[in-house]
Amino acid sequence: MDEIILIETVERYLSGEMTTQERAFFEDLRKNNAEVDQLVVEHSYFLEGLHKYGILKTFKHTLQEVDAKLTEEGVTAIPALTGKAKVVKLWQKYKRSIAVAASIAGFISLLTSGLMVTYSKKSGNEYYSQLVEKINVTNQELIKLNTNRNNGATFKPEVKVDYRATGFLIDGSGYIITNAHVLNKMKNIYVENNKGDYFSAENIYIDNVLDLAILKIEDTAYKTITNLPFTIKNNNADLGEEFFTLGFPRNEIVYGEGYVSAKSGSDGDSTAYQLTVSANPGNSGGPVINRNGELIGIITAKDSKADGVVYAAKAKNIFMLVDQLKKEDAKYQQIKMPVHNDLKKLDRVQQVKKMEDVVFMVVGATNR
Amino acid sequence: MSTTEQELQLLKGLAISDKQAIETIYRENYSMIQSFVINNNGSADDARDIFQEAMVVLYEKSKDTTFSLNCQIKTYVYSICRRLWLKRLQQLNKYSTQVESLEETVFVEDEMEEHEKRDNDFTLMDQAMSKIGEPCKSLLDAYYLQKKSMQDIAANFGYTNADNAKTQKYKCLIRLKKLFFAQYKNA
Repeated sequence: MDEIILIETVERYLSGEMTTQERAFFEDLRKNNAEVDQLVVEHSYFLEGLHKYGILKTFKHTLQEVDAKLTEEGVTAIPALTGKAKVVKLWQKYKRSIAVAASIAGFISLLTSGLMVTYSKKSGNEYYSQLVEKINVTNQELIKLNTNRNNGATFKPEVKVDYRATGFLIDGSGYIITNAHVLNKMKNIYVENNKGDYFSAENIYIDNVLDLAILKIEDTAYKTITNLPFTIKNNNADLGEEFFTLGFPRNEIVYGEGYVSAKSGSDGDSTAYQLTVSANPGNSGGPVINRNGELIGIITAKDSKADGVVYAAKAKNIFMLVDQLKKEDAKYQQIKMPVHNDLKKLDRVQQVKKMEDVVFMVVGATNR
Repeated sequence: MSTTEQELQLLKGLAISDKQAIETIYRENYSMIQSFVINNNGSADDARDIFQEAMVVLYEKSKDTTFSLNCQIKTYVYSICRRLWLKRLQQLNKYSTQVESLEETVFVEDEMEEHEKRDNDFTLMDQAMSKIGEPCKSLLDAYYLQKKSMQDIAANFGYTNADNAKTQKYKCLIRLKKLFFAQYKNA
């Protein structure tokens, strides 16, 4: 309490609210008491810092607003590349040798990817446990209960639900990333958002090596979400980088946080990270978001023997995945990855609030 | 109005953080910085970061009455961004001597030094603020940053009277101060 009175007095002194008499008395005190004098100096320094902090924070906020406005207008968009003439010339000149090189490279990559399928993931580590949840009967009843309750315009799946996992949007028009092993187990797939709305979704691309897959929401009830809040990190995460994740180990969205503990996954798998976080069946496909609001990984599995050892596919592989999909089918050319990051500089709670809207529960009946 | 006058007007607007002025400067300079960063090993997000940091530098300068801009805003912003980006590249160990510089640059080392110090202070306060938790954070924000009156704060936060709110505010301030200076000792 004394400290409060003292601080209050100092603030009144600094802001000039004191009467002449009081002021004279206080200045006398300052002169004779080194402790009081030091407090005045310290406090005025601190208040000045706080004041500057406030002004700068407001300014940065304004900057963000202006940026958001200009992004909306497309002023800050990246201009398309121009001047292809030179490349075309080179292409024509070296077409033959490139073709030869490409065929050799293609052969090698086929070979190595074949090897990877055989030796990677599960086979190396008997404790590698994928995080799709097999839902028991009670859980199923719960889901039915839930869906029957909101008998609005939303879809009510009548089908059997055997597995549950997590996925998240990478394009607001309905493209969802999850794990390949999730979709391998499921048929009749539905996704549910945090408001409890169900949408049917179709499996459009699976890559078993990267353990990543793309779902597309095919449901008239689904409304496109413009502006996803996060961006996808194009290079490796750093060791010790902190992150949070959202997923559905329960029938409700669950938050978890941890840090990147190794730059490779189980048995040196270079397409994955090792994380330290708590994850359970159902977390598979959950986004791993760093403090800057960048997606760094996708939760895939955990070591069933060790505590908190979780593996996540690297987020940069999503770019590869989407490129492959675009190459295979021209109708997916319009997939647009998120470019504007709304999470940066927000505190965690706000970041999570924004992310909740784009994380989905992925459920389906068993495939076999 | 001549170009120089226009630019002076812009700086005046910036000094009082006038949104229109900020927008104009943003509009006129952003794409230049974006292509510079992207052409030099960076991403669109990096460009946004760097540009906004440069805006902060220009803002602080515009408030300084002794400051007079000897070149175009464009040149100044470019010089700051170039310097900031070089530094970022160095930190990431991606430094290459080939940083493309076709534009004219001016000497901005003094600004960089000031900026670094200010940025450091800001981060320290921001970290302290993020550690005190609610309701302290909102309370201090309302009083010291938004400059609301104690009566308003008492009403908004549900304190019975302004005196109660005030006591609470001082308790929070003391906590913030301890957190703030503790970082100084550790740093």
